[in-house]
Amino acid sequence: MISVSQGGGSTAARLAPQVRINETSPTNSEREAPLRFQISDLNFFYGPKQAVFGLNLKIPKNRVTALIGPSGCGKSTFLRTLNRMNETVRNTRFDGQILLDGQDIREMDVVGLRRRVGMVFQRPNPFPKSIYDNVAYGLRINGYKGRLDDLVEHSLHRAALWEEVKDFLHKSAFALSGGQQQRLCIARALAVDPEVLLLDEPCSALDPVTTAKIEELMFQLKDSCTMVIVTHNMQQAARASDFTAFMLDGKLIEHNETPKLFTTPTDPRTEAYITGRFG
Amino acid sequence: MNRLRLIWRKSLNVFALTLTGVAALAVVSILFLILGYLIYNGGKSLSWDFFTKLPKPVGETGGGMANAIVGSLKLLFLAAVMGVPVGLMAGVYLAEFGGKTFSFVIRYTTDLLNGVPSIVIGIFAYSLAVMPVKHFSALAGGLALGIMVIPITVRSTEQFLRSVPGALREGAMALGASKWKTVATVILPAAKGGIITGVLLALARVAGETAPLLFTAFGNRFWSPGLSQPISSLPVMIYTYAIAPYDDWHRQAWAAGLVLLGLVLVANVGTRLALSRGGSARSV
Repeated sequence: MISVSQGGGSTAARLAPQVRINETSPTNSEREAPLRFQISDLNFFYGPKQAVFGLNLKIPKNRVTALIGPSGCGKSTFLRTLNRMNETVRNTRFDGQILLDGQDIREMDVVGLRRRVGMVFQRPNPFPKSIYDNVAYGLRINGYKGRLDDLVEHSLHRAALWEEVKDFLHKSAFALSGGQQQRLCIARALAVDPEVLLLDEPCSALDPVTTAKIEELMFQLKDSCTMVIVTHNMQQAARASDFTAFMLDGKLIEHNETPKLFTTPTDPRTEAYITGRFG
Repeated sequence: MNRLRLIWRKSLNVFALTLTGVAALAVVSILFLILGYLIYNGGKSLSWDFFTKLPKPVGETGGGMANAIVGSLKLLFLAAVMGVPVGLMAGVYLAEFGGKTFSFVIRYTTDLLNGVPSIVIGIFAYSLAVMPVKHFSALAGGLALGIMVIPITVRSTEQFLRSVPGALREGAMALGASKWKTVATVILPAAKGGIITGVLLALARVAGETAPLLFTAFGNRFWSPGLSQPISSLPVMIYTYAIAPYDDWHRQAWAAGLVLLGLVLVANVGTRLALSRGGSARSV
């Protein structure tokens, strides 16, 4: 299903990093959308312990890809390799190839990569600063010289938070509720206008109403942003994603369009997991 | 049989509780005994003159310790200037950048430095800042106190930085901040309140040090302009006045003790209050 057919393409893409790989294949509709990420033969290690085994995955542009699987299956680890966040953990390494718009992420400057690939974490982690300063943070450290006010407002609009906070932008971010804090973190990530947003169980600390808001938000963001979401909640994967990848013990078991994966899984392990027989 | 054991167990419980309670009470009462005695003896001798006048020559009564109060503040300022930046940066290194082995060595050394008797640090400062220039100075005194400030600042800074949730580090780095930028723009501001408290507590600790000042700052019965002359300080004045054979000097030594304790307590309680008001890093 995920054959590596990138030989010449990747070389060309490396020479011209902005070229989007545009494969088309009538048999698999994921190929119809241009690819954002192309991961081939990824192995990931924590010291001597391998956590991801030979993973191949294509992540189409401006779609939501959900990663599901039981705890410890390596989905968060995999997500964190996409913006090289694992480098902040000692003794980790990966081999294989991860291409972002055809460019090997290991050859990219890590600051530039993380500006293009934003991340939202499991628990809201606003900085102990004002709401405004939280959103402006990414712009400021990247030396943005334009008008911050407009971009802060725009980002808060995109995260569907503006109406709730516009009157007290300079109050502490800690004054917000958990769900608002998480949307603030999304606004903070959106402020630098990333092409990809990685969401690591963004709703696991939130109540159902707030979760619905975030899912709605993801739906709206799809026009401008590619999203990869790790979730333990299979209803969430089914509701909010276009593609779903099921991982088990560090291996990618099955990857397909979300409706297909949930209705007609091809692998018995996928079926067992989504029907709740384990995990 | 069962009843007996119950009574035994209960009385043992009461006994143990009483013992620990008495010990706890003793801790508190020691502080209040010292405080009360100082207030009683020092309060009698404390006057406006004490804060505004210079010491009188031997044989005359009256006068004050204005020069020693200013001198102590000046020495503490010097100690802060010399010790705090080193301690602060070493603390940042330990908490944010250090590897395993090297950090262990630094941490261990810091604890050892903290345990070095203050008189030995005085000798060190003496040989470093007094012997080469052949005279006592405020600088030498500040150096001795500054060295003592370092290990306390290192450990408190490290602890407060470590209490900043790791999620904040990840959040900043996920936005493309480099390690040092993360530390400078997110971690240090988050731990600011705690770090400042740690520094002030360290200064309050060394404010009462006498031994390292005896042969570095030495003492001075007059104002000490600049930084290169011997300078008076409250602890050394207390020492000099307390062992002198004059009643009036004993009186003044009590007053100086009260003022010194007052300064330290205000700094201590003030910073602790400020810290508990939420100046510290909030755990998410």
